[in-house]
Amino acid sequence: MNARVVSGLLRWCCAVAVAVGAASSAAQGGGRVDAARGDYGLAARALAPGVYVVEGANADFSPANGCNIINTGFIVTGAGVVVVNTGPSRRYGEQLRALIARTTSEPVVQVVHLNLHPDYFLGNQAFADVPRLATPATAEGMQREAKAYEDNLYRLCGDWMKGTEAVLPNAVLPLGTVRIGQRELEIRELRGHTDSDAVLIDRTSGVVFAGGLVFSQRIPTTPHAQIGQWLASLDVLAGVPFEVLVPSHGPVRADGEAIAMTRRYLQWIDRSFRDAAERGLDMGEVLRLDLPGEFRGWAAVETEFVRNVAHLYPRYEQAVLLPAKR
Amino acid sequence: MNVQAPNRRQACVALAGLGIVGAASAAADPFEGDPFKSHPWPDMRREFLGRDARVRFDGRVKVTGPAFAEDPMNVPITVSAQGIAGVQRIVVLVDRNPIRKVLEYVPLGALPIVGFRFKLEQASPVRAAALTSDGVWHVGGTWVDSAGGGCTVSGVTRKDGSWAQTLMQANARLFAGSPAVGDHGARLRLRVMHPMDTGLVAGVPAFYVSRLAVLDAQGRELLRLNTFEPVSENPVFSFDFPQRPQGALRLVGVDNNGNRVEARIE
Repeated sequence: MNARVVSGLLRWCCAVAVAVGAASSAAQGGGRVDAARGDYGLAARALAPGVYVVEGANADFSPANGCNIINTGFIVTGAGVVVVNTGPSRRYGEQLRALIARTTSEPVVQVVHLNLHPDYFLGNQAFADVPRLATPATAEGMQREAKAYEDNLYRLCGDWMKGTEAVLPNAVLPLGTVRIGQRELEIRELRGHTDSDAVLIDRTSGVVFAGGLVFSQRIPTTPHAQIGQWLASLDVLAGVPFEVLVPSHGPVRADGEAIAMTRRYLQWIDRSFRDAAERGLDMGEVLRLDLPGEFRGWAAVETEFVRNVAHLYPRYEQAVLLPAKR
Repeated sequence: MNVQAPNRRQACVALAGLGIVGAASAAADPFEGDPFKSHPWPDMRREFLGRDARVRFDGRVKVTGPAFAEDPMNVPITVSAQGIAGVQRIVVLVDRNPIRKVLEYVPLGALPIVGFRFKLEQASPVRAAALTSDGVWHVGGTWVDSAGGGCTVSGVTRKDGSWAQTLMQANARLFAGSPAVGDHGARLRLRVMHPMDTGLVAGVPAFYVSRLAVLDAQGRELLRLNTFEPVSENPVFSFDFPQRPQGALRLVGVDNNGNRVEARIE
C-alpha cells in the first residue's frame, strides 16, 4: 500500500467521533467511565442473594465507554465464585476480579464463557489461575478468531486494550445440571447467534444468563448468526421459567420481553431480506431500507444494521438467482 | 459481540457531500477542486481519465455505500448517473486502494446505474466518473471507512480451494420492475463464480474476471463491463434497463487467463 496521507478530512472526522461518542455514552449509561485513569467504573448489582450482574453500556464499542458494552456477572455459591464472561480487555478482567474480591470473601473457582465473541473472554488474563470453561465449539471458535478480535478491538478501543492478549478456555463446559456449593446451576447449549450459545440457569435463584441469544433494546449482532436456528432457540428459552433474565447486551429484565424483542427483530430481518431479494435489491439498497420505529429506538441501530446486511443478505440474494446454463 | 466502528463516518459523508458540486478549474488548488481533498486525485485523474481530461465534480453522479466497510472484502456500492443525459461510460476508482481501478461500465442499452461489491484496502474516497458525449467527465464519490486489509488477503474459495469447482459458473435473474427506476423498467442481477485474486497475496498471481457483456436474443450488446482485481470474489452485479428487454438474454465473459463464460439467462 502507498504511504497513508492523513488528510484534513480524516482529522476532522476523528475529532467529531470523540465528541459524538462522549455524548452517547453519557446518555446510555454503563459504569462511571474514567478514560484518563482507565477505570471502567464497574459496579456489581445484586439480582438475588449472591447473584450479581455487572452492566455495560447499552451502546456500540467506543473509546468513550471503554468498549464495555457487555453484561458480565458472578454467582457466589458457598464453595467459591462462578464468573460469567470476562469482558473486552485485560484491564476489564482485572477490574472485574477486584470488584468480585470487594463483594465477597469467596475465591473465584471457575469462569464460564457463554459464546466465542471477544468481550466474553478478552478479560481472561485476570483469570489465568482458574478453570475457564467453554463448549468445544466455542473454544475452537475463540482460537480461530482471537487474533482478529485483538486487532479489531485495539483499533476500536485504543488504550483501553493495552496489554490485552487472548487467553483461551482450558476446560470443557459440562452441559446439564451441576451442584456447586449451595447452588444448582444448569448449562444448556443452544445455537443460532453463534454455533454454540450457552445459557446459564441458576436454578436456586431463578436468574438466567441468556448470553448472546437475547438482546434487550439493542440491535442484535450477527457475524456468526443463523436466523432459523436462533428463532428456534428463542422458543426454547421462552419455555424456561425464570425470575430475572440477563441478556449479554441491554437492560436486565424480570419478564420475557427481551426474548420477544429479539424474536421480532430477527423475524423482521428474515421477512424483509427475503422480500428485498425477491424484488432484486442490491446490497447497497438494502442498507437503506426503512427500519420499523421500534427498532430505530434501539441502541447501536446506526452501525449494527449495516453489519446485519453485510453478514446476512448474501444468503437471501443467492437463494433467488437462478443457474445460467450454456 | 461483534467488532464494529464508531459513528464518525456519518460525519465524514456529510462533509464530503458539501463539496460534491463545484468547478474543478481552480488552478491554484493542488487538489483540482476535489471535495475530498485527496492527494492521489490529480495523478489518478491524469492516469485514468486522461492528461487533458475535463473534469466536473457533479452531485448528479451518486455513489452510495456504507459509511463503514463492515466486510472490507465485500463493500457494496451503487453508482447512478441517471440524472445526466448521454452517459457513455462510467469508471469507478478508489484513491487509496493499491489497485485503484475497480470497473468500467458501458451501459449501451441499459441505464447508467450499476451495483457491485469491491475490496477496500483502507479508508478511502470511492469515486465514479461518468463520461458524457461532450467529452466531460462528471465525477461523484462517497467516503468509506475501513478497518483495512480487503485487497491483501485471499477470499474464502481461494483459501479452501473450492474455486476450481465453480470457476465461471453464473447465476442470474431478470426482475420485473427496477428498484432504481420503477415498474416500467427491469433489473438484471448476476453472479459469476471467480476467486478474483488481486495478485497482492504472496504466491497468488492476479486472476480475475476481466470482461462481461449481456447480449439480447439478436446478439446485440445491451451492456458491457470491464472488471479489475478489486471487484469482490464471486462478483454480484445489478443493472437496470429502461424497459424489460425482449427475448432471452445471454451472458458472455472472460477472465484474464482466458477462461470463458457463456450462459443463457433464464
